[in-house]
Amino acid sequence: MVTTKDRVPAAAGELTDPTTPPPPRRRRRIARGDDAPLSTGGKVGQAVRWVLLIGITFMFMYPFLWLLAASFKPRGQVFDNRLIPLTWQPENYARVFDELPLLNWIGNSIYIALLAALLVTLSSSIVAFGFAYFRFPLRGPLFGLVLATMMLPGAVTLVPQYLIWNNLGLVGTNVPLWGANLFGSAFYIFMQRQFFLGLPRETFEAARMDGLNYWGMFWRIALPLSVPSFIIIFLFEFQASWNNLQAALIYLNAGSPDQYTVPLGIASAMVKYSPTAGGHGDYQYVMVASLLVTLPMLVLFAFGQRYFIQGIATQGRKG
Amino acid sequence: MTAAPASGTREQPTRPPIKNRKYNRREALAGLAFISPWLLGFLIFTLGAMIYSLYISFSYYNLATNTAVPAGFANYELLFEDPKVMLALGNTLFYAVLAVPLELIVALSLALLLNSVRFGSGFFRTVFYLPKMTPAVATASVFLLLLNGNQGAINKGLALFGIQGPQWLLDPDWIKPSIVLMTLWAVSGTMVIFLAALKNVPRELYEVAELDGAGKVRQFFSITAPMISGALFFNFIVLTIAALQVFDQAYLLFYRDTAMAAPDASLFYGVYLFQQAFRQFNFGFASAMAWLIFVIIMVISVIQVRLGNRFVYYESER
Repeated sequence: MVTTKDRVPAAAGELTDPTTPPPPRRRRRIARGDDAPLSTGGKVGQAVRWVLLIGITFMFMYPFLWLLAASFKPRGQVFDNRLIPLTWQPENYARVFDELPLLNWIGNSIYIALLAALLVTLSSSIVAFGFAYFRFPLRGPLFGLVLATMMLPGAVTLVPQYLIWNNLGLVGTNVPLWGANLFGSAFYIFMQRQFFLGLPRETFEAARMDGLNYWGMFWRIALPLSVPSFIIIFLFEFQASWNNLQAALIYLNAGSPDQYTVPLGIASAMVKYSPTAGGHGDYQYVMVASLLVTLPMLVLFAFGQRYFIQGIATQGRKG
Repeated sequence: MTAAPASGTREQPTRPPIKNRKYNRREALAGLAFISPWLLGFLIFTLGAMIYSLYISFSYYNLATNTAVPAGFANYELLFEDPKVMLALGNTLFYAVLAVPLELIVALSLALLLNSVRFGSGFFRTVFYLPKMTPAVATASVFLLLLNGNQGAINKGLALFGIQGPQWLLDPDWIKPSIVLMTLWAVSGTMVIFLAALKNVPRELYEVAELDGAGKVRQFFSITAPMISGALFFNFIVLTIAALQVFDQAYLLFYRDTAMAAPDASLFYGVYLFQQAFRQFNFGFASAMAWLIFVIIMVISVIQVRLGNRFVYYESER
């Protein structure tokens, strides 16, 4: 199986590009510390860029504004594209809870996402500590396997995983939506291992001298030091779980709507209030629900922005 | 891959050199104990599942009785007999060819733009990132109306410029561009990776180039492009794999309602596989489909890696 890791050594011989000699290492660190962007163009250039950015911002924000407006509109006006509703109907926000079991969906999703995120953070950290700190036979190849599973298309394991959960009698419950997180997840293991490797080994040796056992070294020393990467993993997985439509479709679709998660619930509401074929046409409820389930993610981002950005940037560096 | 990141990601320095090849028994056992959750999960949910999947792909699986009857190559032969498989594959490849370059271009352009303003880039980065945080269901429920050919805001907006917008969700030629548009709205993850790479390009290189009289375009191709080629390559691979597995948007826009007939042009491989597996419960056929896309993704990835080795400049391997 191919991993991004594989190609690095292979490339080592052929990367010399005489036209762009890389600068000496010491100077580069200084350069990186200098956070000011490389400015180009004078005042006019900057003004042009700002105008461009504001225009793009409008394009990116427009769907949010549109959604916000639509959520306050009465039935007949949802599609009128006005950013300020002709008729205000704030009652949508109360009625949506009678129309749809939205509170159940949100509750289910919070429960599943919390469980999924906590479990995967903990299990991935434990595994990562194993790979980072201990020497054991086949450690290299096994870690290679961890990286390889990152490239595995989910389709291949979709059916057998369903059969596993089916044999355990857990299809129709939400266990399949978080259960596999008990075993860690490749990308998080990779990330957490990198973090552990950055911790000074002397810290652990000192703790060993003080008589701490291996678990104590993980629990009392490694974990408290790795809170930042812990948060990154937690936030990433929480978001992934909150968004997970396919697993909910597979494992919960046949059950009662009360058991649905947010994505599955809203997908069902899109059918119920379909703007096209045969539905009631009360699409404003879909809009309210969409807005309400997006808000927690935006709040999450507001508080955890630097962790999200850092996590994404880490993704770009793997390999 | 890109310029070596500051701390935490370099492997060797913290590890003392191995003096003798023998392992400390206690340490080795503890290490294996720590990785055992992953090992167990890998054996059951990945390796075991893959072997099981291979077995099922050569069987007719009956879910009611939980039994698999040998089918030989029947499921694989069906891959070539069922015209919908090739239709879905064609749609998916077409979508990937359309989406991936556009995502790369838009993400890189945004990153370059953000990297070249003196202040405010943090604010804009936040704004551009918000769509990425939006659940796919919410995105789809809004874009379903924005993309409406007659009343949708996108076509109304185009009309302001005198452009007659297409029937995005009805015209077979415009279905894939519709999904590309939704994907581009949430392209900021890719943008952030580019931004991080751009921040790592040493400024002296530009200063020297400036002294040598190199113009902006020349600077981009001689300095920026090679220095961020690692990030570009990473995004290229990841986006391709994601595009070949597209599911959520297509399902939400066209397949959410089983009573509604969906246009052929919207049948993506992931959607058809899902339908075969979990609507028709043709597990054998669905598994064969899964192995076909697995092989295709692997072949494409290998080609990409080969190409990458030729063009990517690895500073950290110096």
